[in-house]
Amino acid sequence: MRYTETGFNLEVDLTHGNIEKVATDPRDTELFLGGLGTNAKILWDRVPPETDPLSPENIIIFSSGLLGGTLAPSANRTIVTTLSPQTRLMAFSMMGGFWAPELKYAGFDKVIVRGKASGLVYLWIDNDTVEIRDASHLHGKGALETAELIREELKEPRARILAIGLAGENQVYYASIEHERSSASRGGIGAVMGSKGLKAIAVRGTNDLNIAHPAEFWEECDKILKYIEFRRENPIKGVPPILAGLGSPQEMAINDEQWHTTSFSWGNARVRRKDFWTEETEKRWHEVQSRSVERLISCYNCPMRCGAIVPHPELPTHRYMMKCYSKLTYVMGAMADDLEFGFRIAGLAQEYGVDGYTAPQVMAFAVELYENGILTDEDLPGFPEKNEDRFFYLLDKIVHREGIGDVLAEGVYWAARKIGKGAEKFDHNTIKKHEQIPIKLGMLNPIYYILWSTGEKINITQIEGQMPQAPFPTKELKEDFIKDWVQIPTGKEEKFKQFIMEWGEEGKRFPFWPPIDLICELVEWQETMHYIDDTLGLCAGLSSFPLKPAYHIHNLPVIISHATGLDIDEDGLWTIARRTRNLVRAINLRRGLRKTDEKPPEDHWKKRFPEYEAKLLDEYYKYKGWNTDGVPTRETLEGLGLGYVAEDLIKRGVLKGNGTSSSEASGEKEKN
Amino acid sequence: MKEKKKTKIIKRIKIDADQCNGCRACEAICAAFHAEPKYSSVNPARARIHVFHDPIRNIYLPVYAGEYTPAECAGRNTYTLNGQEYDECAFCRASCPSRDLFKEPDSGLPLKCDMCETEPPLEEPMCVQVCIDDALTYEEVEVEVEEEEEEVKVEDLELGVEALIDKYGMDKLMKTLARMAAAKEEGAV
Ligand code: SF4
Ligand code: SF4
Ligand code: SF4
Repeated sequence: MRYTETGFNLEVDLTHGNIEKVATDPRDTELFLGGLGTNAKILWDRVPPETDPLSPENIIIFSSGLLGGTLAPSANRTIVTTLSPQTRLMAFSMMGGFWAPELKYAGFDKVIVRGKASGLVYLWIDNDTVEIRDASHLHGKGALETAELIREELKEPRARILAIGLAGENQVYYASIEHERSSASRGGIGAVMGSKGLKAIAVRGTNDLNIAHPAEFWEECDKILKYIEFRRENPIKGVPPILAGLGSPQEMAINDEQWHTTSFSWGNARVRRKDFWTEETEKRWHEVQSRSVERLISCYNCPMRCGAIVPHPELPTHRYMMKCYSKLTYVMGAMADDLEFGFRIAGLAQEYGVDGYTAPQVMAFAVELYENGILTDEDLPGFPEKNEDRFFYLLDKIVHREGIGDVLAEGVYWAARKIGKGAEKFDHNTIKKHEQIPIKLGMLNPIYYILWSTGEKINITQIEGQMPQAPFPTKELKEDFIKDWVQIPTGKEEKFKQFIMEWGEEGKRFPFWPPIDLICELVEWQETMHYIDDTLGLCAGLSSFPLKPAYHIHNLPVIISHATGLDIDEDGLWTIARRTRNLVRAINLRRGLRKTDEKPPEDHWKKRFPEYEAKLLDEYYKYKGWNTDGVPTRETLEGLGLGYVAEDLIKRGVLKGNGTSSSEASGEKEKN
Repeated sequence: MKEKKKTKIIKRIKIDADQCNGCRACEAICAAFHAEPKYSSVNPARARIHVFHDPIRNIYLPVYAGEYTPAECAGRNTYTLNGQEYDECAFCRASCPSRDLFKEPDSGLPLKCDMCETEPPLEEPMCVQVCIDDALTYEEVEVEVEEEEEEVKVEDLELGVEALIDKYGMDKLMKTLARMAAAKEEGAV
């Protein structure tokens, strides 16, 4: 018997209307666990590197994680993997909610879609009965509205539905996939759905999901719940409220937005407003938020309530669901001081299905181009005066791909190059062709330098975590933080704790401190924990993201072993995560990712140190077992059982010579 | 009469629907707790609690599986809540022929909340334990009763058999059981 996974994928070919239930190889589970790991393997095996992301040959995988649908709190992620039309690299956005657990109960671990339907369709998975159904009547409908109509049509209120809005249908490069209170939005995966003519997937499942060591497994899950309760009573001291608790940042419950509004940049990632947060603003925003949040809501099997139900009279559904920080992205992008505007536009944008991080930045970029005469009234006929109105105007043009909206629909990087006339200069906040969170700071942070540069999940929040954003101000707070810091990997406890204790002292400040080897370890730890979550389908909000999370490298192997019956220890889990990490990198290298792409925007920090930065990158590559071009060496790949990947990379000339050529990197074996 | 008055402990779960976040942890744990062996599988369709949810109307209502009923209600009413009209069945607790709710998905046998009765008894029913946002809370209250009432505990099995009788008739059921028993015996030889 297979435990925690169903052992079946659903393969759908939309071109031929073919549907197949395919048994999976348990060996892949041992090597990659599931979720992102097995998704990467499928993408590597099946999608040749020259594939156009928006062509029928691209595939899009909707996957549960290995623990998805079990009693493990927050094991609810849907991991969507495909090639991104925007970055042209592998996209692997995740979302919470209810979809992936329902898919497991329906009897599938993944849905793999290829081809292109002749008209707009949706997929209905009712346990073993799977149908491709006509969706022509859903053309242009909002994502939630679509779900509503499908549930009515199927007469199944319990069906869980993911859908795209108009932006996805029109293949906007940053179109999202929306599902109730969650969105998978990075990398334009909604556009890939749109390119296939796939409007939505509805699923309902009533089968058992089996657990290998039931009592032991539940005991571990119960400990997670108890720890969540403990942390409610014991927030981390000495950090802003938004960072003190567990969960996705508690944007819906917490009103104190001082940290975001004063640390992040406004407009087109331009201005930092350090004195924005006044008592008066707090009062006003508090009033708006209490009016806008009707109920706090969770994802499947998680008590964290990171989302909220928000009334929205303009929408056909009258309400929508919000989470995280999208209430602020439009406000800050538009330089609007009004939170109400944020709730209003975010609702519309979500129904159209655009990424709440990228969309406002594209709009802010357009506004800047207009103000600098690069876009004119000819490009923007009837462009309103007020920034808020301009954002509504731009949103409308983009999702309809109308006029200049057709260009802006491809994101800042591609739009800048199409517009020309110096527009490229205003593209100052993208990495790997993708908009980043608008943060512009003073002093180079060497840890973040590597994270921003080498991250392939495109979003910094998807690879960072567990580390305080600034040194604790007092010795007492430092001691308090490290005293029960059990999340650190074995063998690194002393080093990491010492780092926290010393950080901020005379001579113990960025950028030339701490030593590079420690920097590498801190970076790798942060990122690796996210890769583990993405294979398991756990929410980063209880795991890799917050300070002192509930899940960590010590309890996860125990949890996985009890759930699956596999025998996995800390080293084993680490190795699996490294295997996935290197495979993701290989996919991207094969698609053209190069060292020159691995750099934060020039103005990311005011104070930069080019030589030191080059050294940081080189040392990190070496630490990862990659050569000086950032390509995993033959030894690294073979050591992970990825010899076939090495051969392919050598054949394609991505890995030069015999694959061991670059400098001394090759000889070095990693500890982990 | 007075000396006849006795007290008894009533166990009950209070539902505060306003606190419900829709996470369905209650459904998952209920199904797992009643799996054989305990926690060996999860399948919310087997839960004895169902969280009726309609997010865009802001309705979240945990409903416990109540009595099994052999026939559906004659007249049905409707509810209008936050502008949406619902069939009365939407919030009904019964395991009823009109729908698949509160029935084992494979056999169709009815499910009923048993308050997680087990030996040794739990401090709190499982769904209450996992609902740490307190939409579900547990209380034991002492109430006076006229005289000791025999508490009839309908076991799962009995409930199931009753449903089968209703579905197929006593006669057919007995015959089938006899046939199966005979076949089993033959097989064992
Ligand atoms: S922590 Fe928040 S976002 Fe994560 S699973 Fe729980 S409710 Fe969802
Ligand atoms: S566990 Fe509690 S909050 Fe979650 S769905 Fe059940 S009743 Fe609602
Ligand atoms: S009390 Fe026990 S049997 Fe009843 S719904 Fe809750 S978990 Fe299920």
